[in-house]
Amino acid sequence: MNDMALGEIYTGHVSTRADDDNPAGNLLDGDTGKWEIVVGLEVHAQVASEAKLFSGASAAFGGAPNSHVSLVDAAMPGMLPVINAECVRQAVRTGLGLEAQINLRSVFDRKNYFYPDLPAGYQISQFKQPIVGAGKVVVDMPDGRAVTVAIERLHLEQDAGKSLHDQQPGKSYIDLNRAGVALMEIVSRPDLRSGDEAAAYLAKLRTILRYIGSCDGDMSQGSMRADVNVSVHKPGTTLGTRCEIKNVNSVRFVRQAVEYEARRQIGILEGGGTIVQETRLFDTDRGETRLMRSKEEAHDYRYFPDPDLLPLVLSQGDVDELARGLPELPDARKARFTSEYGLSPYDATVLTGERARADFFEAVLGRTDGKPARDPKTASNWVASELIGRLNKDGREIDESQVTAAQLGGLLDLIADGTITGRIAKDVFDEMFATGTDAAAIVEANGLRQIADTGELEAVVEKIIADNPGQAEQYRVGKTSVAGWFTGQAMKATRGKANPQIVNEILARKLGGG
Amino acid sequence: MAAAALTGLTLAAAREKLRAREIGAVELTHAHLEAMAAARDLNAFVLETPERALEMAAAAGRRLKAGEALPLDGLPIAVKDLFATDGVRTTACSRILDDFTPTYESTVTAKLWAAGAVMLGKVNMDEFAMGSANITSAFGPVKNPWRAKSGPSAGKDLVPGGSSGGSAAAVAARLALAATGTDTGGSIRQPAAFCGVAGIKPTYGRCSRWGIVAFASSLDQAGPIARTVEDCALMLGAMAGHDPKDSTSIDVAVPDYTAALKRGVKGLRVGIPKEYRVDGMPPAIDALWRQGAGWLAAEGAEIVEVSLPLSKYALPVYYIVAPAEASSNLARYDGIRYGLRVPGEDLVDTYEKTRAAGFGAEVRRRIMIGTYVLSAGYYDAYYLRAQKVRARIAADFRAAYEKCDVLLAPATPSAAFALGEKQDDPIAMYLNDVFTVPASLAGLPAMALPAGLSPEGLPLGLQLVGRAFDEETVFAAAAALERAAGFTAVP
Amino acid sequence: MSIDHATVRRIARLARIHVPEDEVDRLGAELSQILGFVEQLGEVDVAGVEPMTSVVDAVLTLREDRVSDGGDAQKVLANAPERAEDFFVVPRVVE
Repeated sequence: MNDMALGEIYTGHVSTRADDDNPAGNLLDGDTGKWEIVVGLEVHAQVASEAKLFSGASAAFGGAPNSHVSLVDAAMPGMLPVINAECVRQAVRTGLGLEAQINLRSVFDRKNYFYPDLPAGYQISQFKQPIVGAGKVVVDMPDGRAVTVAIERLHLEQDAGKSLHDQQPGKSYIDLNRAGVALMEIVSRPDLRSGDEAAAYLAKLRTILRYIGSCDGDMSQGSMRADVNVSVHKPGTTLGTRCEIKNVNSVRFVRQAVEYEARRQIGILEGGGTIVQETRLFDTDRGETRLMRSKEEAHDYRYFPDPDLLPLVLSQGDVDELARGLPELPDARKARFTSEYGLSPYDATVLTGERARADFFEAVLGRTDGKPARDPKTASNWVASELIGRLNKDGREIDESQVTAAQLGGLLDLIADGTITGRIAKDVFDEMFATGTDAAAIVEANGLRQIADTGELEAVVEKIIADNPGQAEQYRVGKTSVAGWFTGQAMKATRGKANPQIVNEILARKLGGG
Repeated sequence: MAAAALTGLTLAAAREKLRAREIGAVELTHAHLEAMAAARDLNAFVLETPERALEMAAAAGRRLKAGEALPLDGLPIAVKDLFATDGVRTTACSRILDDFTPTYESTVTAKLWAAGAVMLGKVNMDEFAMGSANITSAFGPVKNPWRAKSGPSAGKDLVPGGSSGGSAAAVAARLALAATGTDTGGSIRQPAAFCGVAGIKPTYGRCSRWGIVAFASSLDQAGPIARTVEDCALMLGAMAGHDPKDSTSIDVAVPDYTAALKRGVKGLRVGIPKEYRVDGMPPAIDALWRQGAGWLAAEGAEIVEVSLPLSKYALPVYYIVAPAEASSNLARYDGIRYGLRVPGEDLVDTYEKTRAAGFGAEVRRRIMIGTYVLSAGYYDAYYLRAQKVRARIAADFRAAYEKCDVLLAPATPSAAFALGEKQDDPIAMYLNDVFTVPASLAGLPAMALPAGLSPEGLPLGLQLVGRAFDEETVFAAAAALERAAGFTAVP
Repeated sequence: MSIDHATVRRIARLARIHVPEDEVDRLGAELSQILGFVEQLGEVDVAGVEPMTSVVDAVLTLREDRVSDGGDAQKVLANAPERAEDFFVVPRVVE
């Protein structure tokens, strides 16, 4: 929801990033020289919970109109809010994941404005005393830079309902299923300097929330959306006036919105105009931002502590216990994947980008005596390149994989112990991916065991030599590059089952004067 | 028994007679329904529910007959129209709620029905409980059943006080054995005093606010109005208790209030707040107050003077805090999900027309004041400062309770006044609550009970204010005062 | 504090209450009278005083995360002035 008034008490548009900490590639060229972009995000993330923040109605997405609505959500006379413990826990866990200060005492305030999707005429939010204070997120950029984004605060608040406009001319329909669902508003300092950085920040934040399990991060269902504050200025000068772009609901749109908006502002400034602080919308069809009609001409939300709620008080013991229950977070896990498993930073980034991927990878790896049971690099190749690559093509995530971690581990074992060749393994994997069958069963059913019997292979090689005297002659006169051709023929003849090492040994023996 | 004898019983006496099977539950309810029909001129009820009443009475009768009596079985009571009643129109006496019929029952009334009480109907009140004379109701004013025998008000219709004016008038006129009320700044105590009946606002957090139309959330408390201290104790025992649906409801055990009635006041330290001796207080009220202290002293209480230095600032604090909360609480009445809707040219116009037509003048005034004191640039000067002064007022009470166990004060600065008086002067009307507002701001239990008559023959009440969650001491002192005062006058 | 015409208009707009033009000044006078009355709070020394946020000495109790309510649109829509299917209907909201 609108939070323009909140800007009055946020530390606001004050960056924590050093003036000279901005690569030239982030600057935009204008007619009058270079421009620097300054971006801060207010991200609304839906808390993963069964029920709403202050009522027992379902927080699930969808549902028949007004079916996930309690009398509290509909603001019936005399209804009162009672806070959901899980939402509090999730906010604290998220705060801990952002390395933020947890405020043991916080207060809920009412933000007053009229809107049909806001049944009580006020949103319960946290204004002066949020549950989480200052923290940080480290964003890794593809060029290898790590950008540290300061988090100003995180607070809990209610989502609003939905208005539908196309049902009947001159009318809007109101569905309150979303009304009262718990949101975490995570406010960053304006520490981002480009559309790419803003997008990467949102993606990283999403990853962290999904690791923690405090938000499902499903942006298509509105589980995460960002209000993007953008300003531009000449490097070395004071910050420009910012505009806020509301409710941007994908990583890609954040990048586009920042880039468009920065260009728009530069255009105005270079044309001699001034930027007016305003609220804008991002038109996803046109890739443009445009002025949004404000909900109230005067933004005067008349915040005051909600007298229906007492102060929220946590004990340090509660917080410590939640901290102990936190999973290993992406930065720590990535560092461990490179140091412990010797993975490349790229593979480690791919594998830790989603908690489910990293969990899957480590499940494939297995552990015996505190050490990986399988080879990390082989496992990484199979998970990162083969499995994730293929799932990506289908638009699926790893937790939707047909192939389980145990099954993929089984395949790796068959390769490692020589039961199948690497080439056969790819075919076996194809079938596993298609049918979800165990690797061993596929190998048995199709007779795909590797042929390592020297006698059998010798016969095969001898036949190839006999059938191809020309190539054999080339080999003998020292053109050993035809060795690969012979190996390929042997594989072909055995339908890939030949052990290539043994084939090579036999070839060397038969042709190389042996 | 004759109908008049039945309606003249106290709640406690009727309870005994029902249990002894001397009278029947249906008979008792019938007598009250007849009395209500005969007294419609008072305008105490805004909705009579005779069918439901007789049904509930019949069920109570069966339980009584079977010897399975519930605590309040078969006792007919009236419900302030601020309490949501399932399937029974609930309006807060405002046009904006129109024919709103809840699909839910307030916790307090649900507890009363679970205790066997019988609902006679919904009683009149000031619109959204904003008023001290019951003249702001959309259903018109309530008349006080008392008449002045002399003086300038003689022969005129008098106000019953407010906002629980219908509750107090119905109980005083013997239309109900008891009634629920709510008290935000005196809305139980002031009308009880004006109508010569008793009423207690318990400690904030004692009764659930769930299902009670909100006026000012940090002040609103439900409580009973009845004809005796004992009747109030019986009623409150059924109404009170922790409710997980109300975050401000406190999880403490509800004691047996009737047991406290017999405690006496021997050794009890009764504080007389010196700042309550205000200029212009009618001599009769001052005299009654001294008399009250004398009665308690005669029963063995120790009378001590205490100081509540910031008392004079209680009303200004109240008239910032209550409207501020109300301006937000009443934002939900927007014509979208329930209640009145006056179509406008567009959405905003619909809001504005609906709320202009739906709210009466006093409610509109308070919403405007509340909106103003919360608005940008004024919040610190008004609302924040008021909440700071309020914290100091609460601290004053805590300091006073180091020297005494209960405070004694007048309930009101005057007896009931004539309908039409003070109507055009909001401040003069607000001053009615000068003695009741401080305890509301501090969330303390406070009880008004009739203790004497004015020279014009109108009832005057005294007020006892206790420590938080110490209603028992309030009841003990009130019972002693009641015995000593021997108030038997009837309208 | 005197509430002028423009302030009455601003407050009425924030509160979404239509005030006819001929009532603005009278309302302004009433509001000014009330604000004049409450202004005596300026006399009170509140230095270092924490504002009261709750009158009871208690902290928030938490509800278990369980779906225990909702699921009955008819209960929610029972008093709707205008509805279509299971939606509330309002004059068009202009975004």
